Amino acid sequence: MLGDITLGQFFPGDSPVHRVDPRMKLLLTALYICLTFLVKDFIGYGLLLALLLFCTLLSGLKLKFMLRSLKPILMIILFTFFLNMFFAKGDRVLFAWRFIVITEESLYFAAFMALRLVFLILGTSLLTLTTSPIALTDGLERVLKPLKLVRFPVHELSMMMTIALRFIPTLLEETDKIMKAQAARGADFDTGNLLQRAKAMVPLLVPLFISAFRRADELAIAMEARCYRGGEGRTRMKILRLQAVDYLALLLFLALLAAELLRQRLL
Amino acid sequence: MALIDLSEVFFQYEGQTEEDGAVRGVSFGVNKGEWLSIIGHNGSGKSTLIKLLNGLYLPTSGEVKVEGISSAAEDRIWELRKKVGMIFQNPDNQLVATVVEEDVAFGLENLGVPPLEIQGRVKNALEKVRMGEFAKHAPHHLSGGQKQRVAIAGILAMEPEVLLMDEPTAMLDPSGRKEVLDTVLRLHEEQGITVVHVTHFMEEALAADRVLCMDEGKIALSGSPREVFLNIGGLHALGLEVPPMAELSLRLRKKGLRIPETVMSIEEMTEALCQLKSAI
Ligand SMILES: Nc1ncnc2c1ncn2[C@@H]1O[C@H](COP(=O)(O)OP(=O)(O)O)[C@@H](O)[C@H]1O
Ligand SMILES: [Mg+2]
Repeated sequence: MLGDITLGQFFPGDSPVHRVDPRMKLLLTALYICLTFLVKDFIGYGLLLALLLFCTLLSGLKLKFMLRSLKPILMIILFTFFLNMFFAKGDRVLFAWRFIVITEESLYFAAFMALRLVFLILGTSLLTLTTSPIALTDGLERVLKPLKLVRFPVHELSMMMTIALRFIPTLLEETDKIMKAQAARGADFDTGNLLQRAKAMVPLLVPLFISAFRRADELAIAMEARCYRGGEGRTRMKILRLQAVDYLALLLFLALLAAELLRQRLL
Repeated sequence: MALIDLSEVFFQYEGQTEEDGAVRGVSFGVNKGEWLSIIGHNGSGKSTLIKLLNGLYLPTSGEVKVEGISSAAEDRIWELRKKVGMIFQNPDNQLVATVVEEDVAFGLENLGVPPLEIQGRVKNALEKVRMGEFAKHAPHHLSGGQKQRVAIAGILAMEPEVLLMDEPTAMLDPSGRKEVLDTVLRLHEEQGITVVHVTHFMEEALAADRVLCMDEGKIALSGSPREVFLNIGGLHALGLEVPPMAELSLRLRKKGLRIPETVMSIEEMTEALCQLKSAI
């Protein structure tokens, strides 16, 4: 029953978008986020939309998958929209009933803010849809490396992410097994009120936690036996090297950023 | 000089005294190129003993030396652990990375080996355990036996002198057990790798050059597998089973059949019985 939970939303492929170096992708995503906040009107959003569509088509992803990523935060988007629509200030009243006043300006502003959220989610989804969690972790460790100077535990963080990615499927499998074992002894996870269901989870969580701690203990010993002693002096098997496609992508994003800034200056 | 040397090694967990410690005064050597099996009932101290061999535990008293390096020498512990690789019982809890080849690379990355060399050694190690085609797979999709082979590759890549295994087949089904044991046997024969193998499957210990039998933290019996397994009374006294065929041949001998004492495995038993039959 838990088997169908997939980790992240990575969609394997071999498109130019997939091939962009994870470090570059993180940088480009950062640039994209800046661009989203710089945009001041709907023409700017048109530009973002063109960029997103271009990348999506190039990646070979179905638009459906991109849109699906909006689903979990649909409520937040709608909430932002209505909040801004009702409470943003404006002069030209479109609709008024008791304390609810909707003006042309507030409608515009609400749509603008909601779209900003949509574009932020779509852009970051494109990153996670086309980059494997491992590549992402790897890229993150290397991009954040300078932070080591201020004693930020970059290596530890990425090691934790790797181990989490490695063990989440194992723990899910185990949860499933324990659930079935408890169900076979008459445990009922699906009916009753919230309190009853929470109570039914206790015999599930206790063995799961005990086992997770045992696993952590054994893994630590196994890592030590294989000479693990933190990030100091460690090398990596994978060599990340920037390719033509990375520079092209960077050029495209910088050009768009420049174009948008220039357009805002001139108009 | 032996590759690994233990002299009067004692080990106590917290709250244990010297008399009821997990390891109580053990001395032996592991020779280069040999296959040493350690057997003994649950709680006899096998796991504790094997963890003393690569410095995961340090002796409370006595000394463990690997090629002259004492496991208590803090500044050389990583050098020692590189020489002595270790495989654990649970195949899941020793794989670190989300991709097979990355996991095999883990030890080499820890040793600071240059990337290109890591790639070559990882490929090589995976070929040796015949897991080359799984290089890009996720460990959690592999069978238990395959996971253990990946773990072995991870150790082989580090080019150790000794391979320690603590009940590596205990959590596997019979086919996985055979798969793992055959892999290690092949490596032992072809590459001459030294093996220290803790097991509670007596048949597995038959493959060894030498068997140590632990009891209450001490070595109770030792010798070639035949010597140890022919001492059926001694094994029973230690609460251990005898390999089924050794037991059967003993009973047949008691009934007056002329089965040689050396019969331990099913193949040997088949042969002995066929010879008896054709002699009639
Ligand atoms: N982490 C531990 N803490 C305390 N006592 C332990 C620990 N691990 C093992 N022991 C005890 O040490 C003895 C030997 O255990 P162990 O080496 O695991 O035996 P084996 O592997 O032969 O089953 C047992 O009596 C066991 O209860
Ligand atoms: Mg044990």
